Amino acid sequence: MLFTTFTLAVRSIRRHLLRSFLTILGIVIGVAAVVTMVTLGQATTAAVQQQIASLGTNILQVRPGQGFGRGGGGPRPPDFEQADVDAVREQIGGVTAVAPQAQSTATAIYNGANWSTTINGTTNAYFQVQPWNLTGGRTFSRAEEEAGKAVCIIGNTVRTNLFRDTDAIGKRMRVNNISCDVIGTLETRGQAGFGGDQDDIVIMPIKTVQRRLTGNRDIRLMLVGIDADYDSAQVQDQLSTLLRERRRIEPGAEDNFNIFDTAQISATLTGTTTLLTSIVTAVAAISLVVGGIGIMNIMLVSVTERTREIGIRLAIGAVAREVLLQFLVEAIVLSMLGGLVGLVIGQIAIALLAPVMQVPWIFVPQINLIAFAISAVIGVVFGFFPARRAAALNPIDALRHE
Amino acid sequence: MAGAGSVAPEPIIRLRGVTKTYGDGPTAFQALKGVDLDIARGDFVAVMGPSGSGKSTTMNILGCLDVPTGGEFLFKDVHVETLDRDQRALLRRKYLGFVFQGFNLLSRTSALENVELPLLYRGDDKKVRRERGMAALEKVGLDKWWDHTPAELSGGQQQRVAIARAIVTAPDVLLADEPTGNLDSERSVEIMKLLTDLNRNSGITVLMVTHEPDMAAFAHTVVHFKDGLVERIDQNHRQGEAV
Repeated sequence: MLFTTFTLAVRSIRRHLLRSFLTILGIVIGVAAVVTMVTLGQATTAAVQQQIASLGTNILQVRPGQGFGRGGGGPRPPDFEQADVDAVREQIGGVTAVAPQAQSTATAIYNGANWSTTINGTTNAYFQVQPWNLTGGRTFSRAEEEAGKAVCIIGNTVRTNLFRDTDAIGKRMRVNNISCDVIGTLETRGQAGFGGDQDDIVIMPIKTVQRRLTGNRDIRLMLVGIDADYDSAQVQDQLSTLLRERRRIEPGAEDNFNIFDTAQISATLTGTTTLLTSIVTAVAAISLVVGGIGIMNIMLVSVTERTREIGIRLAIGAVAREVLLQFLVEAIVLSMLGGLVGLVIGQIAIALLAPVMQVPWIFVPQINLIAFAISAVIGVVFGFFPARRAAALNPIDALRHE
Repeated sequence: MAGAGSVAPEPIIRLRGVTKTYGDGPTAFQALKGVDLDIARGDFVAVMGPSGSGKSTTMNILGCLDVPTGGEFLFKDVHVETLDRDQRALLRRKYLGFVFQGFNLLSRTSALENVELPLLYRGDDKKVRRERGMAALEKVGLDKWWDHTPAELSGGQQQRVAIARAIVTAPDVLLADEPTGNLDSERSVEIMKLLTDLNRNSGITVLMVTHEPDMAAFAHTVVHFKDGLVERIDQNHRQGEAV
């Protein structure tokens, strides 16, 4: 009987293609929206997490000043000194390495090509606290770090712009007026989370940058690597206490430096994207329910419109259950068809939108299954009422219906 | 089975004191006031009478589409008045065929699919449906038109498809409600010849409501209704002379 009903339902859908299409439109849009939103949301979360992971997850970024900006008036808080770096490394338990940073911008020139880029002065600790491997060459030697030699490790953007396809290692390029040897090349890191190309960089020993580019001994940023076995909050507390002491901040006065925990940002940003995904998904889910109501409306109209047909079926000997089942199966087949079309459209939308939103293309099987299952359930729920109405018709009245 | 003038005496249908009342209280309307009627197996019965005489109500009851308010309706010795909706549906499916004035074919559906419909409900597989459906269409002379939809067929052809649909299950009784009401006289005669042929050669008992004495002339028995009662029953011994 089920197969018979299925045959009847498919015949009826095929006979009224336009009406069937209009019926499922709401489901198509709803399923496509849910699948697209959830998938893109998860892709965004993944992208954010990946970008944060590329910064290193167990790193504290320590900067002078309060919060993100250098907010408020008053004198600019002093930068860090080398002694601060040494103190943090030696006096706080759980610190694996401390990479000081001094930054400048400069024009790099090689063989007639020139490229304006960021110069980052640091030490080998920079490569210890965060995951960033070399594709070739080596890091600084102790002698180069201590003497402030003109050697540099270049990011991929700088490499391609200056050296094209040739091997950069061992070549000598110019950075402003410094002539400097390329000793290493970095692997590609991609876009930073909030704009900016992380590969557009030249890394030199901090002493070289301080002496020959910035002209002072200031350190603008410390990257503090933390042993995974230690509690980062505790390390942060100790770090804060130490720095307050060294910078002679009165008790009760506010810090004139800030500590930025990447793990914490990661959690916050992930939480935010997840929340946004949930909200957008909820809106999409509402459209799915509206789609279900659309099915119910058209099925109800269809029952009225097909009263005579139902009368014929009943007169011929269809029992009420068969008529009910036919309309129910019709609604389910329609909404599942809508679900299927919605999934396909959703996948197309994801493939088109992912590159625009700069998130990776991913396929989430669960949401596709769930959305499809929901479309089937909608067919049952919203198809039942019209089907029951059809089955309850009196054959004599139904046959007389004009 | 039953030729002209030699109707088997065994009644397939018995109505005993059948009443039908629509509504209740002071607005109640009694459509049937105690109908007694026997219909013999293999008979060709025309039911006549003015509007409101109760003939349509009787036909609905005989077609198991409606139940009497009172009295007994025996169909093949089964008390139909005691059956529920679904049981009556199964009875219709198995033993009855319907032909309507307005043809009542499914639109946008081929002649063959229309004819196959009752077999689908009976649960026959595709091959059986095809064979029987084509055989029924052949009987009404439309096997070459099997893939045409009702919109592509003339009125007479549509009615013949409807007759094929009614006989595809080899029913005992064919109920025709003014089958020629929407057709011109030439097509009407064709339909009546077809019904006569089915009655004589396939042994199907035919019950037909009609207004037209010309059409009633094809029947063997003519039942006249008046005011919710059977007024008189004529035996037409010259049945088929019109053929």
